[in-house]
Amino acid sequence: MTINTEMDVRVAKITPVAEKVKRFRFERMDGKLFPVFSGGAHVVVAMRDGDILRRNPYSLMSSPHDQSAYEISVLRVEHSRGGSAFLHEKLKLGDMVTISQPINLFPYDVRGRKHIFLAGGIGITPFMAMMDQMSREGSNFELHYAVRDRKHGAYWQELTDRYGAHRVKIYVDAEKLFIPVDALLANQPLGTHLYVCGPSGMIDGVLGKATALGWPKQNLHSERFLAPPPGNVFKAKLKRSNKTITVGTHQSILEAVEAAGIDAPYLCRGGACGQCETSVLGCRGEIEHHDIFLEPDDRNSGNKIMICVSRLKGDEITLDL
Amino acid sequence: MLVQGIKSRPVYTGLAIDQHARRHLFALECEGVEALQTQVKSVGPAFLKTSDILCVGPLPKVEAEYMWSAPTIAVLLNRLRVNLTNAKMGTRLYLSGTEGFIGQTMKVALEQNIDFNSIRTEHRGSTARRVQCVHCKGITDDVKTSPYTCTHCGLSLLVRDHYSRRLAAFQGVCIDAEEPGTAPPPVEMFP
Repeated sequence: MTINTEMDVRVAKITPVAEKVKRFRFERMDGKLFPVFSGGAHVVVAMRDGDILRRNPYSLMSSPHDQSAYEISVLRVEHSRGGSAFLHEKLKLGDMVTISQPINLFPYDVRGRKHIFLAGGIGITPFMAMMDQMSREGSNFELHYAVRDRKHGAYWQELTDRYGAHRVKIYVDAEKLFIPVDALLANQPLGTHLYVCGPSGMIDGVLGKATALGWPKQNLHSERFLAPPPGNVFKAKLKRSNKTITVGTHQSILEAVEAAGIDAPYLCRGGACGQCETSVLGCRGEIEHHDIFLEPDDRNSGNKIMICVSRLKGDEITLDL
Repeated sequence: MLVQGIKSRPVYTGLAIDQHARRHLFALECEGVEALQTQVKSVGPAFLKTSDILCVGPLPKVEAEYMWSAPTIAVLLNRLRVNLTNAKMGTRLYLSGTEGFIGQTMKVALEQNIDFNSIRTEHRGSTARRVQCVHCKGITDDVKTSPYTCTHCGLSLLVRDHYSRRLAAFQGVCIDAEEPGTAPPPVEMFP
């Protein structure tokens, strides 16, 4: 079960960064220092929004060695499930939220001769911490950052000023400037690693091109947090807890399980890490797998489900929980 | 006598050609040439047009874009280092020959920051090992027996499956440290 190592934190500062993007600075309530994290790490922020406890993962974008505070930057999503809307519109200076220990599912490979970051929109956040760490370590990196327009793009000016135009390249959709992915991938020294974070379409496109150009999978890294998609209401029978719960349209199985007071393991809450893998003991309907963790064999077996994002198209599923 | 069942023992899964690679760089030693020829037979010779072949011993009878024969492993390693330094992403490295050869060429590749999992390897030829004496740190090539006598310090060494990628060598440990002179006779284990 999940070890309770969560930290109570206070909102110490809210800074508007760009159109629809705000930065939140968290300081510990107990006055202690935060643990040092590694660039690419995220925390799960637990927010009490009325009756609902929301838990969303956000990449840490402050300096990894700064133990006085953690910072995240959040995009107000158009069709928010509630997390980004809550953070943007309800959370006030001085409010308390709870955050998890930092977890890194997107670390950079220290053996790399060179590192290339491709960011799309708010996907810039993990790279900010990575670049801070790498510039201290003297690693060779390059950022290619695509934004919709200069008003919506967060931090592009600061990053260009800090690391220089030779290392930070900005591409603005509105100005018809796009990342020249093919040319970029075709001309890198052997031992280069590629990291991509942004919209799913961008990640798939870049990884597909890199593979087609002969990049081995060991040199390709990506991170995407999937929001649990909505779906039909269904029942979940929890064998070990001997309970039957209802999973709502806008709820994930994991959220419904937690709302029923049952502690289920999780780390990323975005279908990426594999921590919440649960055995399916019985199923009336069809499992809709939305994660990017399970191998095709496991999916087809129908014996496993990632309860943070996947759900059932049917009426009842029995889980080993 | 051999200590087995150690996880660091390398596994060589074969030279399967990566059809996406834009260049193929082969480092081959003697019988390793056969591994390349097997690939030509199974997937056709098209990949040879974008291949560089570095080879210890006689060159394979194929037509690659670039072929070069080295007199010794040491000479090949220097050339490989230069090739890898100038290579671009999209270049795939293939190694075939004895374990000692694969290990030493892979060591050069690791020093160029290449992930060892992305390197394709196939063991061909003798099973003789390259072993480091853990006591004097001297490395002996072509060890065929266990125990063997360290060519540097003269201790009788038991050959373990414990392998170091950094050193490109198996580890040899003194077999009669408790009672010197009681080492069992060497048995040929790596023909």
